[in-house]
Amino acid sequence: MSSRIEKHPPASGRPIIEMAGIRKVYDTGKVQVEALKGIDLRIEKGEFVAIVGPSGSGKSTLMNLVGCLDTPSGGDYFIGGEKVAGLTRDQLADVRNRRVGFVFQAFNLLPQISAFENVEMPLVFGGVPPKARRAKVAGLLERVGLGDRMDHKPTELSGGQMQRVAIARALAMDPDIVLADEPTGNLDTTSGTDIMGVFLDLWKQGSTLVVITHDLALARRASRIVEIRDGRIVSDRPAEQAA
Amino acid sequence: MKVVFHLFLQSATLGRKRAFLTIAAIAWGTVAILLLLSFGEGLKQQLGRNSRAMGENIGVMWMSETTKPWKGMNPGRPIRVTIDDIPVLASRLPELESLIGEAIQWRTNLTAGKKTVAGRVKGVNYPYGEARKQYPVAGGRFLSPLDEAERRRVIFLGNELAENLFGKDDPVGQTLLVANAPFTVVGVMQKKTQMGAYAGMDKDHSIIPISTWKALFGRPTVNNLVLRVRDGAKMKDAIARTREVVAAKYGFDPSDERALPTWDTVESQKVNQNVSVGIQMFLGIIGALTLLIGGVGVANIMYAVVKERTREIGVKMALGAKTGWITGPFVLEGLSYTLVGGVAGMLIASLLVLGMSFIPTDGNKVMEFLGTPKLSLPIGVATASILGVIGLLAGYFPARRAASIDPAATLRYE
Ligand SMILES: Nc1ncnc2c1ncn2[C@@H]1O[C@H](COP(=O)(O)OP(=O)(O)OP(=O)(O)O)[C@@H](O)[C@H]1O
Ligand SMILES: [Mg+2]
Repeated sequence: MSSRIEKHPPASGRPIIEMAGIRKVYDTGKVQVEALKGIDLRIEKGEFVAIVGPSGSGKSTLMNLVGCLDTPSGGDYFIGGEKVAGLTRDQLADVRNRRVGFVFQAFNLLPQISAFENVEMPLVFGGVPPKARRAKVAGLLERVGLGDRMDHKPTELSGGQMQRVAIARALAMDPDIVLADEPTGNLDTTSGTDIMGVFLDLWKQGSTLVVITHDLALARRASRIVEIRDGRIVSDRPAEQAA
Repeated sequence: MKVVFHLFLQSATLGRKRAFLTIAAIAWGTVAILLLLSFGEGLKQQLGRNSRAMGENIGVMWMSETTKPWKGMNPGRPIRVTIDDIPVLASRLPELESLIGEAIQWRTNLTAGKKTVAGRVKGVNYPYGEARKQYPVAGGRFLSPLDEAERRRVIFLGNELAENLFGKDDPVGQTLLVANAPFTVVGVMQKKTQMGAYAGMDKDHSIIPISTWKALFGRPTVNNLVLRVRDGAKMKDAIARTREVVAAKYGFDPSDERALPTWDTVESQKVNQNVSVGIQMFLGIIGALTLLIGGVGVANIMYAVVKERTREIGVKMALGAKTGWITGPFVLEGLSYTLVGGVAGMLIASLLVLGMSFIPTDGNKVMEFLGTPKLSLPIGVATASILGVIGLLAGYFPARRAASIDPAATLRYE
């Protein structure tokens, strides 16, 4: 399978994600679920990777591992050339802060604080001084079209607007890669298309994206489609070749 | 630390009601422990004061019969120290601060004007005043060496006896008939709460010079001796020495303790002290348990808060929060509750104690015995630190647990 990855021309030649033989076993006490059974994956700067596959195939599990939200049961993983295994919890926090931006299906904005403060949070963790934070956050919210909604609480925003705030938050620390797990899953078709447009714009502006989606129309607009079934990558090809 | 504060201030903390309940629980615990311990301290001080009211560093030695044979004499011989021998015995006992003879005449008619009361008349050597704390009310005095030397007809009255005889009038300077002999009242004893007594309470006795007493009642012997030492630690030795000296003079076995049965008040005060320390410990334990309940309350609430915010913790970790930035705000939250609750509790307790100190102890039998509660600084400090530790742990541990799970799991939490 890894031979297939080599077949398709790299977008820049600089790997951000390098996974080899990654396995993940969930131990629920009674049963052990092998959610990933050996994943080899290499993602380069500037790529827009769509991850597709049936429900329960292991897409979210893979995404969590890519984003260092979870620890693999086996295999090697390098992010930006850095070996992830053996990092302390606080070092992992730093990797998540600087290298990865997350967009969740359920938005996961903190409800008690404003859109501004939500976007500011990664900058606080990254040690960015308040003045620089303010400028950065304002710029990001402008960029996702919410310059006039900065002081609104998430509950005062529509689903599509919340997801825009989440995208702005994911971009706050200028991460190497933006990960989105079914970002349109909780949105109606119009807002979903809208959000997808935002992602495409990001890609055009040079971001590296990995998006899990059930929407084949969107997947086709990515640069590359990775298909997962039963914990394995069963197909990995440039989007133009997709049926 | 800056990050922790930023997050602490930002996280809209507990609902107001919950915060209030937590703070109230802690305040309640603090009030309980402080009040209990203050009462304990007040009780201890009062018990000490009351038990010392009869006199400090004194021993009381009664006249009895020999129980051992001595130089051919059979046991069962009565020993009676005479009033006249007391100066001789005292001169042989330089280690005593004072050796006092006490002779008692029970149920003697005391007449002031038209009023006659059957009272107890004691004849004593003048150092009795100091030794047995017969402090005179202002305007009067206790018996003097001259009274004793000149065999004067002067009398000192216990406060209740004085009130019985003279009512509201000032007895000092007035004439009192003792067994029909006229005496001048020279002083009235200050009111005191006396714990421990022999031969009745001081408040209803009357005292005349021992020389006068001997002449008046025609009895040459004392009922008991009162020994006073400078240093309470020397009491045991002093009692043994006195027994030796008396034994030498009156001819009995100096090891015959039952010939002169003795009450060592230094020893019994020690027991008293242990009792009040015991009571204080008991109150302290109850208070600590109450505080513990408050602490469990805080821990419980903090646990619920952390649980409620598990997803939020997951989000923050996904965004790159380090463990300390997760636990820090919770610790601050727990600390601030215990701090506010603790300070409130201390204020309330201080106000209550202060209020209580305005209740007069005079004439209130319960308060006379209990004393006024005393707030002590070490107790306050100890309570505050216990509260601090509780707040710290209550915030830290649940947050620590949540932060030590992989964020993927925390994010999945509903
Ligand atoms: N925390 C967990 N504990 C136990 N098993 C889990 C856990 N998370 C996922 N699994 C199992 O691992 C497998 C892969 O799950 P995963 O969530 O990665 O699927 P998915 O491809 O994202 O599915 P979907 O499209 O429905 O989101 C499933 O069989 C699932 O039951
Ligand atoms: Mg999923």
